[in-house]
Formats: sequence, structure tokens, C-alpha cells
Amino acid sequence: MNILDWLNAQLLKMKWLWVLVELLVERVFKLSIDTRLGGSIHFFIYDTIKIFILLSVMIYVISYIQSYFPPERTKKLLGGIRGVKGNILGSILGVLTPFCSCSSIPIFIGFVSAGLPLGATFSFLISSPMIDLAALMLLVSTFGLRIGVTYVVVGIIVAVVGGVLIQGFKMEEYVESYVLAAKGSDIEVEEKTFKDRMKFSKEQVRDIVERVWPYILIGVGIGAGIHNWIPQSIIERILGRGNPFSVLIATFIGIPIYADIFGTIPIAEALVTKGVGIGTVISFMMGVTTMSLPSLVMLGRVVKPKLLATFIVIVTLGIIAMGYGLNAFTALLI
Amino acid sequence: MFIKILGTGCSKCERLKKNLDIALKELNIDATVENVDDLIEIVSYGVMETPGFVVNDEVKSVGRALSVDEIKGILK
Repeated sequence: MNILDWLNAQLLKMKWLWVLVELLVERVFKLSIDTRLGGSIHFFIYDTIKIFILLSVMIYVISYIQSYFPPERTKKLLGGIRGVKGNILGSILGVLTPFCSCSSIPIFIGFVSAGLPLGATFSFLISSPMIDLAALMLLVSTFGLRIGVTYVVVGIIVAVVGGVLIQGFKMEEYVESYVLAAKGSDIEVEEKTFKDRMKFSKEQVRDIVERVWPYILIGVGIGAGIHNWIPQSIIERILGRGNPFSVLIATFIGIPIYADIFGTIPIAEALVTKGVGIGTVISFMMGVTTMSLPSLVMLGRVVKPKLLATFIVIVTLGIIAMGYGLNAFTALLI
Repeated sequence: MFIKILGTGCSKCERLKKNLDIALKELNIDATVENVDDLIEIVSYGVMETPGFVVNDEVKSVGRALSVDEIKGILK
């Protein structure tokens, strides 16, 4: 085993924690982790602690990076660029810009009223919830670097194509008129100091952990259930590689569910160990995070139904296409 | 002094509001505090990351739940 594998196993997969929890379950609870109950308890405790540790450390590091890309700066960066380049940059900035879903509509209005192309704005809006840096780290820790990179590349492709299509359909008239009439102004964002960035990162950790912990517990609970109680054969029949509709099913299960990306990771982990294809699992995760009812309702306040419908159709098709593509791709890769 | 908190009710906005109340009391400042949740008005200040903290129509901070001490520093 080389040093990288060892680091990945100990730091990201937290093998040490796995062993500690195994000791706890077997010695203190007197349950073998090979039994269903013992296995579920082990999965639940281990996964909960692991996700909270990784989450806090990673949000801290990532927020530090993100503090260099506030939306005000993004707006300026995007301002001078036209065409597909704008979509690509919009998608990448969507990954880097920190914002909670309660900021997405102010950002939308801010970008559109500043005269940014609608397509680039939508590329930003699609990639931002879909690709999450912290989720990427968790994916890498669980499934390896290749899957992590694929997740980002796939997300950016969907965001770029979605934005280009919306631009091509010339849908500016379907933005609510009060948005176009809004008078935005530029504010100078002060350059943050090292201390400011540390403070910002700490606040982000607190803010996100406070917001997502219930989703994580629910997600880990469902993951533990899938892991130990639902027979592999049933899951394989519905979501396995043999079922040609698996990606469709996963996407449409994911869309109505509203959860944070972190809540979906334990479910994804459990599904993968049950033999579900990576593409299917990623379609499920993207469905959950990109298309939640609350965010669609918010978007519906600033764009007319036709543009909202176009957005939903493009994103759904994108997620499905990517699921099938990834499944085909991983068949070659692994 | 006119203070506006721009935000649509995220957890950071709530914390900023609480800290502002404490800071105002400790400094013994009489200020009119207004919560702005109208998106168009928020954006008209150039704020895209809520909460925005506006004193006498000047944006002092965006996207952060300022601590009590930080607010005091701004208001003094």
C-alpha cells in the first residue's frame, strides 16, 4: 500500500474511527457487527461522526478559498464576457461562490439587472447547487478521485449546456419585468484580511452545520437501513446496472426530495455498496440538490412559468443524460 | 442614526439582528432599525449576499453575521 492510499484510508475514510466504533459496538454493546442490528448501529455511529468531522474541516478550508470569490466580484468578472466563455466561467464561479439558497434570488436579480447574459446567469444558477466543493471532498473520500473529478466535470457540462440553451432560446422576455427594471449598484467589497477570512470560514462552518445536521442524521439513518435491512436483490432489481430504467427511477425519486447534499452522501454510499451504478447514484444526488421545491418556488417569483419550465426540463434531462453517460463511462473505467 | 438589515430571514440575518440589539443597548445609541426583505430594494444596494448591514444608507458589511464587538466598531 502506498502512502497516498494510507492517507486516504486514515484521513478521509477514517479507518481508525471505523475500528474504534467496531470496538465500541462489539465490546460495549456486545453486538457483532456482522449481525443486522450491530451492523446498522455501527454504520450509523461511524458515518455520523465521520461526516461531521469531514464536514467541519472541509467547510473551513473551502470557505477560506471561497472568501476570495464573493458574488460581487463574480458579477464583475462575468460582466465583460460574452458567449460560451461566459457560460463556462459562470459554471466554474458557481462552484466557487459561497452562498446559501436564501441568497440565490438576490444573486439572480443582481446579475440580470447588471446586464449579464441570461445564459451565463443560468449556468451559474445551475452549477451552484449542483456542484458543491464539500460534497466533492466527501465523494473523493468515499469513492476515490476519479469519481470526484467526474462529478465536477459532469456538473459543469450540464450547467454550460443548460445556460447555452437558455441563451439560445432568447428567453429574456420571460424574466419578470420588475427584475429587469431593478437598479443594481456596484459596491466595493473590501479586500479581506487573513483574520477576516478565518472569521468568515468559522462562521460558515457554524452556519452550515446548524442548517444541515438534521438532514445528515436522516440521511445516515436511511443509509444504515439500506445497508443492512433491504435485501440486495430488491435494490439491484430497481436501481442496479441490469435495469435500463435505473437512472430515470433514481432521478425521479430524487427530485421531490428536499435535502442537503450532505444528507444524500450516506445514502449514496449505501447504494453503491449494494451494487448500484455510480451514474445512477449521482443522478439521485443531483436530483435532490438541484431541484428542490423551495428553490423552484423562489425562482418562480423572478421568472415567468415558461422559463421556469424550460429550466426544469433542461436540468432534468441533463441529470438523466449524465447518469447514463457516467454508468457507461465507469463500466470502462473500473 | 438609521440602520437597515437587508435579508430574507436566513439564520445569519437573525443572528445579526440579535447582535445589533445587544450592541445598541450597550452603546446606549438611539437608532431606527429597519428590516428590509424586499429583494429589489436589497439588490438596489448592490447586496447579493445576505445579510447586508446598512448604516445611514451606506453598506457596511455583506454576507456576515457581525459580532457585537464588530457592530460596535462600525457604529462608534
